[in-house]
Amino acid sequence: MKREPFFWITVSCGFVIMAFILLPLIELMTAPSLTMLKETIQDKDVVRSIWLSIYTAGLAALISFILGTPLAYLLARSNFRGKQLVEGIIDLPIAIPHPVVGIAILSVAGKNHWIGQVFSELGIRVMGSVTGIVMVLTFVGIPFYLNATKNGFESISPRLEKVSRSLGASMFSTFFRITFPLAWRSMLIGIIMCCARAISEFGAVVIIAYHPMIAPVMIYERFEAYGLRYSQPIAVWLVSVCLALFLILRILTIRSPKEV
Amino acid sequence: MITVQDLNISLPEFNLSDINLSIGESEFFILMGPTGAGKTVLLEAMAGLVPIRSGKIFIGERDITTLPPERRDISLVYQDYALFPHLTVLENITYGLHFHRIDKAQSEVMLTRLLEILNLHHLQGRLPVNLSGGEKQRVSLARALMVEPRVLLLDEPLSALDPGFREEVRNAIKRLHQSSNATFLMVTHDFAEALSLARRAAVMNNGRIEQVGSIEDIFQRPSSTFVADFVGMKNLFAARFKGTKAVVHSLEIELGREPPNSNGYIAIRPEDIVISREAIASSMRNSFKAGVTGIFDQGFYYEVHVRAGEVTFKSLITKRSVFELQLREGNDVFVSFKSTAIHNF
Repeated sequence: MKREPFFWITVSCGFVIMAFILLPLIELMTAPSLTMLKETIQDKDVVRSIWLSIYTAGLAALISFILGTPLAYLLARSNFRGKQLVEGIIDLPIAIPHPVVGIAILSVAGKNHWIGQVFSELGIRVMGSVTGIVMVLTFVGIPFYLNATKNGFESISPRLEKVSRSLGASMFSTFFRITFPLAWRSMLIGIIMCCARAISEFGAVVIIAYHPMIAPVMIYERFEAYGLRYSQPIAVWLVSVCLALFLILRILTIRSPKEV
Repeated sequence: MITVQDLNISLPEFNLSDINLSIGESEFFILMGPTGAGKTVLLEAMAGLVPIRSGKIFIGERDITTLPPERRDISLVYQDYALFPHLTVLENITYGLHFHRIDKAQSEVMLTRLLEILNLHHLQGRLPVNLSGGEKQRVSLARALMVEPRVLLLDEPLSALDPGFREEVRNAIKRLHQSSNATFLMVTHDFAEALSLARRAAVMNNGRIEQVGSIEDIFQRPSSTFVADFVGMKNLFAARFKGTKAVVHSLEIELGREPPNSNGYIAIRPEDIVISREAIASSMRNSFKAGVTGIFDQGFYYEVHVRAGEVTFKSLITKRSVFELQLREGNDVFVSFKSTAIHNF
């Protein structure tokens, strides 16, 4: 059968986009020599920054999970006045330029705001601290967790919960026996998205905390001070570690064929 | 046994007003009405799943109006089964036992009985995704009855099923009702279902109950034009079946087939009833001498009531026929209908 021109346009556009995404990444991954990679990973500062990136992002995801799950459930199950406003507010961090996020958080957590003063009274330092980094990463990551989890809850028929209630289960039992087992995949996907977004954050973090140095800041610093060749190996390590983590999580979430 | 008193519900796009309903102990009660009448909302309100604005709900003497759903002893069966997809058939059926203090030996007996009545033994280990519609609905029935509820609410349990399974599940529901003490309240659109399962029913429209009564009454004496239009098939009579004949009062009506039951109902659509001045010599097996008791203008048609013995038949005939037959109240006519036009339940 002869294909129409329309078909060839769709395919060519596909190829252009694939190449656009993959070429730079492949070039990056293959640029550093193995010895360079080995030397880089023996650099304690590099290991520390990659580890810091991963665990601050993980903490941001954990906070999103704990605080975000009930809100996601509320948004999925009830209709109330102002719901669209709440959903709009949740999406704000996605739309705001990253340095602006940093500046905005600083203006609340800094010395000139009463919240910042309360923090410093309590001995909580935001500027230049892990606390500050986690705060920023949660800010940029939580919309992704909320949206994925909300979609997960929405895809579960409320009737399942209603039947469970009528069979004698309290709302808590219903959530843990019915809703959670059916939604955990969506929650895990939300956690991955939230982590991925958090690990990639640079602009907001650099304003709150240049030190301790997360991996993107270190990559930027090496690039500024020594040039491309010296920033590439850290980037390769960061990308590899993240890909490995996400791959493991994705494998865990693959549905076994007997499940729905 | 379950009583609904002056119930009012306001939802954003829907209202239920002044619902009063009383259903007896172990009764099988039918709720009918067009889509959007509020039947599902009423069931969910009884189960405590929809907030109500005012009114009371009692089970026996116990006021359950403010109880949460899990403490009402009311089970639900939905049209779309609502089986827990991550649990096996057995886990679905025994789900409610986690929350009820039922003696283990007693629940074993219950389980065996339900598995047997619903023919589910061989399916216990399966997940719902691997079941047919009829099997799913049987599981959902077993799950609902496993906790020995006082009331079972069935929301169009047969509507989503293929005709073949429908009969099978309907018979299962009938057997379950006979072998359980629970009160059954079932929503349905299908009159055959209603007639084969229940004696009493209510018709709902627009968030209100239009009529409550015996099913026969609802057909023969609809209290509003809405109910009359809704039930449509206006000639419904309680009958005794003798061989291939149905006996309605003094009339013996030939069915041309032998019904499985000895007592039941027959129904004939008004457009299937022919009125003539002379006895018709045709294939119509049923022809009775009758008197015209009423002629009502229905727009394109006239509804003509004729009385044969103690039985009043309602017939729909065209204006032209009324004119040609020169029908008047009090005329003697013949009323005839084919055996194949008679539905028996």
